[in-house]
Amino acid sequence: MSIPAATLPARARRRGRAGERPPGEPRRIAYLYVLPGLAVFVAFVLLPLVHSAWISLFAWDGITPGEWVALDNYEAVFTDPDLRAAFLHSLILLVFYSVIPIVIGLLLAAAMSRSRVRGLAAFRTILFLPQVIALVVVAVMWRMIYAPAGGLLNESLSLVGLGALTQNWLGDFDIALPAVGLIGTWVMYGLAMVLFTAGVQKIPQSLYDAARVDGAGPVREFFAVTLPGLRSEMAVALTLTTIAALRNFDLVYITTGGGPGGATSVPAFEVYERAFQSGEVGGASAVGVCLAAVIFLLAFGINRIADRAAR
Amino acid sequence: MSYARRPHLAALLTIVFAVVLAGCGASPGGDEADNQQQAEQAKQNSKKIDVTKAGDVTLTVWDQEVRGGQAKQIKQLNQAFQSKYPNVTIKRVAKSFDDLNTTLKLAASGPKAPDVVQANQGRQVMGQLVEGGLLTPLDAYEEAYGWGDRYSSVLLDLNRFSDDGKQFGSGSLYGLSQMGEIVGVFYNKEKVTTPPATFAEFEQQLEQAKSGGDVPIAFGNLDPFAGIHEYQTVQNQFVDKEAIRDFVFAKEGASFTSSENQDAATKLQEWADKGYFTPDFNGTGYDPAWQQFAKGKGHFLIAGTWLTADLAENMGDKVGFMLMPGQEEGAPPVSLGGESLPFAVSSKTKNPDVAAAYIDFITNAEAGQVLVDTNNLPAMKTDAQPSGGVSQEVQQAWTTLNDEQGLVPYLDYATPTFYDDVSGAIQRLLGGKVQPGPFTEGVQQDYSKFTEKL
Repeated sequence: MSIPAATLPARARRRGRAGERPPGEPRRIAYLYVLPGLAVFVAFVLLPLVHSAWISLFAWDGITPGEWVALDNYEAVFTDPDLRAAFLHSLILLVFYSVIPIVIGLLLAAAMSRSRVRGLAAFRTILFLPQVIALVVVAVMWRMIYAPAGGLLNESLSLVGLGALTQNWLGDFDIALPAVGLIGTWVMYGLAMVLFTAGVQKIPQSLYDAARVDGAGPVREFFAVTLPGLRSEMAVALTLTTIAALRNFDLVYITTGGGPGGATSVPAFEVYERAFQSGEVGGASAVGVCLAAVIFLLAFGINRIADRAAR
Repeated sequence: MSYARRPHLAALLTIVFAVVLAGCGASPGGDEADNQQQAEQAKQNSKKIDVTKAGDVTLTVWDQEVRGGQAKQIKQLNQAFQSKYPNVTIKRVAKSFDDLNTTLKLAASGPKAPDVVQANQGRQVMGQLVEGGLLTPLDAYEEAYGWGDRYSSVLLDLNRFSDDGKQFGSGSLYGLSQMGEIVGVFYNKEKVTTPPATFAEFEQQLEQAKSGGDVPIAFGNLDPFAGIHEYQTVQNQFVDKEAIRDFVFAKEGASFTSSENQDAATKLQEWADKGYFTPDFNGTGYDPAWQQFAKGKGHFLIAGTWLTADLAENMGDKVGFMLMPGQEEGAPPVSLGGESLPFAVSSKTKNPDVAAAYIDFITNAEAGQVLVDTNNLPAMKTDAQPSGGVSQEVQQAWTTLNDEQGLVPYLDYATPTFYDDVSGAIQRLLGGKVQPGPFTEGVQQDYSKFTEKL
């Protein structure tokens, strides 16, 4: 309750008469201060969320009266093979959106921690650029890059004599999902890197000096000094990238439309399809609620682990 | 925080949840309305009127005629309607196809529903709007304005639903379309000197094109609607057209698992295996595929007539258009095709008679001339003729198809989820992930999930 504490009049704190509540302790009026923000939060976050949960208990096409089906829509999330596949795909995308960008970001940060790079700010800006571009633009661009004939990727591979490696990137049933995932990697690694390079600068140079005096090599130094020093940045990066991976919609919608044959469909895409295309608003709400729950649990878990490790 | 303060927090949370719960309470979508009775009422009240005497009227029209010639014709016709009836103001809301489809249901069920809307055929959009009692049946106007003579019956059937929204393809008329479209075969006249006269000849030419090192059929299936077009173009040469219509309209006993459907699937998979399509077609976009054809790569392109203007612009007189030839020479033509999104009247409009007069105006004979002048293919019967080239070939094919009742509707109209179901299944079929037998069974399974509930 830091907000009410901050708003306590300074006079009250200074006097500190006996029987008066200690400074920094919340008072009833504090709730009034919270009210405007809370009202907005309730109106635009909590209410829609609960309303979605309510709709998810109905079979509803968006127009005619809904039919109460209790938890049938949730049962479908677990039994419908399309939906199960969608959730599985988003877990695979987690590797590409979260794990790989964080590894890349760590490597870059470690490299930068060992040497003073000339023009660091410029490099950082360039590497961060993918984060700045609207995802729709990213998706359209990568769709062109991945085009089997005349696409940048296949053309470049042929040009350097690696014609055997050219692929039907977005059309192959086994390659399409990793191909979409790699776009995510490209988008997210800049964020991880910026977080980590900023974090590295915060680690006292004396720790590195001490490690070097003790004869630690670059690898040892990385694991003994850099990695522990970046724990809170890791938690932030993991949380952000995990959420981005799970709620991923735009990339899939524009690059593959969930295809080929459903090989790249993800929960958020299924929500859109059901709610706005095929008129299964109840089912869409159930998927949305489950997705929100999964994101919440993962984010909560990540932060708990990070907190515990910090202690 | 001390324990003494907890009650306040509890009180606050209670208020919050009370507010939240008040937001739910009722089942979504409101109460059951008696649509059939409402529809009967609407039919009785409908009449052809003299619009000049209707007083000052504002019609809000939601359409998706936003591209090139489509935008031109609707602007021109709206202008003409307002000049003819100065007491009517048309407030046009132009949206893209996707935008219209995703927002229409909310808008039509809301308190400020637009008077006239373009409601896509089939169960996904029009069917649900009819079921919700949100559209006015137009039968009385059909009779009064003589719309039955204006269109071939297949075209009118596509805009028909029973008043409860359960039967598709029969019942009341709920809209009229302006433009026709055929999914046929475009060919490069420099490479295809004699267009094939039978399906077997077509296959021979594919083989020749392949051995000559060219792409036989330009095809991009990353946007998976293209696959439906390829499949149905082949399907029409194997399966009886009535059987396909019955399937789309979910008539009793209609099924996808017939041996004819399997034959069609086998043939299409064989083409994919033999390399008759653009390499890596499942990863190639729709636009890049036809653009390559326009640049001279490829003998044939199976696509809709919405590409006619673009192809003519890029290829000049090098592009030709034909319908897929039948198994026997001279067999009556059958082709996948349909009509643009129908203009329908909201059941909430205060001026249904003026709205009907507007729909009549944009689909009458003069409108047909405007459509031809703006490089569109008019759906209604018209004497207007395009000046020549591929547009003329398209219009002739359209006339023949309508005279012979040879139009077959899109499969994706069949159920609300069928576009995803069938397009995904075709991607798997052509990618070799599923064999023709299981393919038809899988499609049938998705289909009956919906039809069982009818």
